[in-house]
Amino acid sequence: MAITSREELNACADQFRKELASKKKRVLVCAGTGCLANGSAKVLQEFERLSVDAVGVTKSGCHGFCEAGPLVRIEPDHILYVHVKPEDVEEIVEKTLKLGEPVERLLYHHPVTGKAYLGEGDIPFYKSQTRVALANCGAIDPDDIREYIALGGYKALARAVVDLTPEEIIEEILESGLRGRGGGGFPTGRKWMFAQTAEGSEKYIVCNGDEGDPGAFMDRSVMEGDPHRVIEGLAIAARAIGASHGYVYVRAEYPLAVARLQNAVKQARELGLLGEGIFGTEFAFDVTIKEGAGAFVCGEETALLASIEGKRGMPRPRPPFPAHEGLYGKPTVINNVETLATVPPIMLHGPSWFRSIGGETSPGTKTFAITGQVANTGLIEVPMGATLREVVFDIGGGVRTGRAFKAAQIGGPSGGCLPAELLDTPLEYDALAKVGAMVGSGGLVIMDEGTCMVEVARFFMKFTQHESCGKCVPCREGTKRMLEILEKIVAGRATMEDLDNLEEIAWVVKESSLCGLGKTAPNPVLTTLRYFRDEYVAHIVDKECPAGVCVAFKHYSIDPELCKGCGKCKRSCPAGAISGEVKNPHVIDVDKCIKCGACAGNCPFGAISLR
Amino acid sequence: MSAQQMVTIDGLAVPIEGERNLLELIRKAGIDLPTFCYHSELSVYGACRMCVVEIENRGVVASCTVPPQPGMVVTTNTEKLRTIRRTIIELLLANHDRDCTTCSKNGACMLQDLARRFGVTNVRFGQADERRRLDRSTPAIVRDPNKCILCGDCVRVCGEVQGIGVLDFAYRGSYSMVTPAFGKELADVDCVQCGQCASVCPTAAITIHSSTDEVWKAIHDKNKTVVAQVAPAVRVALGEEFGHAPGWAEPGKVVAALKKIGFDLVFDTSFTADLTVVEETAEFLERISSGNEGRLPQFTSCCPAWVKYVEQYHPEYLSNLSSCRSPQQMFGALARTYLPAQLRVEPEEIYVVSVMPCTAKKFEATRNEFVSDGRPDVDAVITTQELARMIREAGVRFDDLPVEPFDLPMGMATGAGMIFGNTGGVAEAVLRAASDILEPNKAVGAGSNRRIVFDEVRGVDGVREASLTLGGREVRLAVAHSLGAAAQVLERIKSGEAEYDLVEIMACPGGCIGGAGQPNPSHLEVRKKRSKALYDVDTMQMLRRAHDNPFVKQLYDKFLGEPCGETSHELLHTDYGERRRIKGETIKLSSEEVAGQIDVGVCVGTCCYLNGSYDLLKGLMEKVNKAGIEDKVNLHATFCFENCEHSPNIQIDGGIISGVSEDDIERIFREEIMSRLEEQ
Repeated sequence: MAITSREELNACADQFRKELASKKKRVLVCAGTGCLANGSAKVLQEFERLSVDAVGVTKSGCHGFCEAGPLVRIEPDHILYVHVKPEDVEEIVEKTLKLGEPVERLLYHHPVTGKAYLGEGDIPFYKSQTRVALANCGAIDPDDIREYIALGGYKALARAVVDLTPEEIIEEILESGLRGRGGGGFPTGRKWMFAQTAEGSEKYIVCNGDEGDPGAFMDRSVMEGDPHRVIEGLAIAARAIGASHGYVYVRAEYPLAVARLQNAVKQARELGLLGEGIFGTEFAFDVTIKEGAGAFVCGEETALLASIEGKRGMPRPRPPFPAHEGLYGKPTVINNVETLATVPPIMLHGPSWFRSIGGETSPGTKTFAITGQVANTGLIEVPMGATLREVVFDIGGGVRTGRAFKAAQIGGPSGGCLPAELLDTPLEYDALAKVGAMVGSGGLVIMDEGTCMVEVARFFMKFTQHESCGKCVPCREGTKRMLEILEKIVAGRATMEDLDNLEEIAWVVKESSLCGLGKTAPNPVLTTLRYFRDEYVAHIVDKECPAGVCVAFKHYSIDPELCKGCGKCKRSCPAGAISGEVKNPHVIDVDKCIKCGACAGNCPFGAISLR
Repeated sequence: MSAQQMVTIDGLAVPIEGERNLLELIRKAGIDLPTFCYHSELSVYGACRMCVVEIENRGVVASCTVPPQPGMVVTTNTEKLRTIRRTIIELLLANHDRDCTTCSKNGACMLQDLARRFGVTNVRFGQADERRRLDRSTPAIVRDPNKCILCGDCVRVCGEVQGIGVLDFAYRGSYSMVTPAFGKELADVDCVQCGQCASVCPTAAITIHSSTDEVWKAIHDKNKTVVAQVAPAVRVALGEEFGHAPGWAEPGKVVAALKKIGFDLVFDTSFTADLTVVEETAEFLERISSGNEGRLPQFTSCCPAWVKYVEQYHPEYLSNLSSCRSPQQMFGALARTYLPAQLRVEPEEIYVVSVMPCTAKKFEATRNEFVSDGRPDVDAVITTQELARMIREAGVRFDDLPVEPFDLPMGMATGAGMIFGNTGGVAEAVLRAASDILEPNKAVGAGSNRRIVFDEVRGVDGVREASLTLGGREVRLAVAHSLGAAAQVLERIKSGEAEYDLVEIMACPGGCIGGAGQPNPSHLEVRKKRSKALYDVDTMQMLRRAHDNPFVKQLYDKFLGEPCGETSHELLHTDYGERRRIKGETIKLSSEEVAGQIDVGVCVGTCCYLNGSYDLLKGLMEKVNKAGIEDKVNLHATFCFENCEHSPNIQIDGGIISGVSEDDIERIFREEIMSRLEEQ
């Protein structure tokens, strides 16, 4: 079967919708990576085994509330079950599917008030969200193009191909104010315009799915949960710039995303939504799913292009910009997954609808992967300009540990650490840049008072120095030396001169690196220096870690009250640091101690502690 | 000049005149902005960040990566930029093996020079993490990764100019290094040892493998008669080492210097170049007259890097290579046979030293073809740079030297032998001889094809073509320099797009005058001056056609007989064979090898692997195990059969099966393995 006109698409959509409606109830079992890892595949199997007539059981993409996975959604009752185990399925089938009653114990309960919530719309985690890019994630089976079409999929493409000229498409995107969701925030319409007006008959459109920030999984979820949306966005962009071939560059570490995208491309081809003569017009477009080997730097657009070409993933200087000389030297647009996923709704609902969400300079919504010491970890989407406080406390449910909020690391290894004073910062490009952070791809790590900010800076620096491609000197050598100094600080071996050196190299790396990776790599260091300088000084001058994290400043000691003098600790110490007579309290020589912890692990009386 | 075509550099308006980037414009304005990775003849890399400038409203950018735009306001010297440059130098030094005093590049190292220029006297950071192994595997080049600053100049010259790509980056971040494939040594990969990588290396990460110690030893050995042969290109470049401008040429001083430091006799490679012309012309005339078209075009074979290139990449053209040995090796052969009687010394007492502009000549001298009874015809090869170092070591004041003539009988050369050092020189020398032989009755000069100067083969274009009528026959020539250009010529021949009779190839840009053994820098402007100097030397010669050389004539009369005759065939000609590009080792999968086993190798090199060879290996292993014939089959994984375009490849008892798919496993197992076993 092939769809050769818009009318046929609409007819298909009606038919698919009817098919869906023919089931009295639908069970959607989340099959995102998080829920799968928590065993949702077995839950799905159980539902399939026990399923009753007139109930459709399908897997879905990520619902976002990963903290509470595996998640099961029952429609049209709008019931969301959390932490569902295979053995719970029978009860759900019996009560909910057959009798229409909720299983109280599987509903989400507020951790503080204990109140139970029935469906997604009521749960605080979802209540403050506005889901545009993620609208279909969790609501459809990502492996079934019919469900996507039933919910209005490919209608935007039909409009772009049949009704609009490339210039008109670009005009609408420009009007919508859509900015790149990959981190830079460059206006998408302008990028398209550059490529559209660039000389050359052959052009390419590339979707950047090389999400690599530690803790970030927005793009993965979209590719896994709604792959057709990405393909549709890609096709609209192709139509706008005049490309006949597109690539989705996705890291091989996202096997599920790769498989679902490949399946989506196959299905779209079968329906004639990719290939020659789309919607009966001259427009021809096809997509290649290109797996990347997982180098962080390949998220940088010129490195990504080199990687697609089979070369070493290394950035090159711009200009020439890819819009003029990109893939294989041809004009190329590279858009992030979320950006492309936002395009179809803009084409359907119009630029002013999009502008009605979010802020003046940053309209629309943004997804964030919220992790760390926050009560509700998961994937969220909020209007641009929502404040950090709203995200952390209203959606995230506040700090999980009961300790006070200390900082939010936003934008991954290229972003910055924002302190509690900046909780009211709106999450949008310009406001975040002002305080030294960035939207980045949308990684958001919440940290409580028990976090050492120097250690956080060291962690991210270790990541960037490891992921530096090694091309330009400031990034290759500078990140190595910054890490060296940070390691000295957390080990208590640094001087204030080292701190000056750290600041100077951080500045040089930021100013003079070749690509975005290097230019932003010092951000975690620079922001922690800006907002938590006292902690650095405490490590260096007072030789202490205020958060009590850095092992270098801690010592093992034996409580003479508790010690029975059994000698187990003495025998287990590999450094010969423990002395004492049998049946008398033992002591640890702190100079000899290597802090391996073997003594504490072996003490039957809990007399040895690290403080 | 309209205001629109100006860029303001440090307050000064500078006109844009076709400069490709801001760096070129800034240098034109008289500011020597430092760089490590910018090289005018290579692609822009933009990695060292030393050439940073501030552009109004744009901030800090690397000037090599920015095209000049009218109205730009550029500042090159601010406190910000100074901090960046000094920090970069410091960062590089921190990771660098800083044994400068004993480094072979001491005094000629760009990193050292810039550290001094920027007054970096203290390195605040730690050391390099590890000491990496040196690669001294080839006679031509030494690689010292501990000195590498990863500017990538070598990677680009090898890939972009030579079209080979022996070197590339491996690993990431601060673990990055420049290395041949799979961490192998240069001798085990397809390096042609042209040394252009060493020529562009700003530090001592890639240097010339020095042979001066052996030469000093021979000089100091009373029982040896040490004779030198000096290549034509050396005389137009050695002066640069002693402060003279490129193009300064005084062959007499080179001779005097060699004598002064202890050489007994100094001969001229241009003499054997003349001899090469005579032999190569005779061979060429034989090829075009014999009508055996398959042997045309005739490729020159003077350049050892080019010869190795053909052996590795185009063995199908081996028979097109002139069988003539290079002038260096002709000299070597004569030094062992003809010279002893002339000098009245025993052959084994003669120690032959070549002074060459070239690193590949070091490799050529060690080739099996030119070694008899364990002794190479040429004992040692030193480059122009090494000769300069010997002169300095001996304390000889170069400028105060008198001029001295080359020794006879192998020191007299015609202009034809001199221009061998330029690209197009060999072709022109052959044309001079061929036109004289084929058109003996025509007048020499303009309007005739019987001439001395053949402008059509001169110049700096990568590939130059010419066509002339000699003896009633059209002779088509191509001249190419750099192996990247050579590849283009071969491509055109292969596709049938072009047909030639004679093709001259020199591996180095500009020919031998741009060899890697020449003084640095050796960029286009320098090469042009050296080239002109060689043509000037030629113009000054009374004799400009090789076969007019009386000493060549005498050599034939007294010793060789006739060109391409029996003696010359034995001494002056050779043949070359196919050569593997990369040394591969096998990965053993079965236990012990037993005699009579069927040998099955599955290539797991990159191409074969990507095309599914690993599945083939697994499939075969399964079949072998199932059949219980593990002891009868030596199944192993191997590396490259150099048949990548037909990958994946399997080798069974020496025979290669190409383009194997998983569906073929069953058939191959049955027909190639089981049937063999049954035969046994």
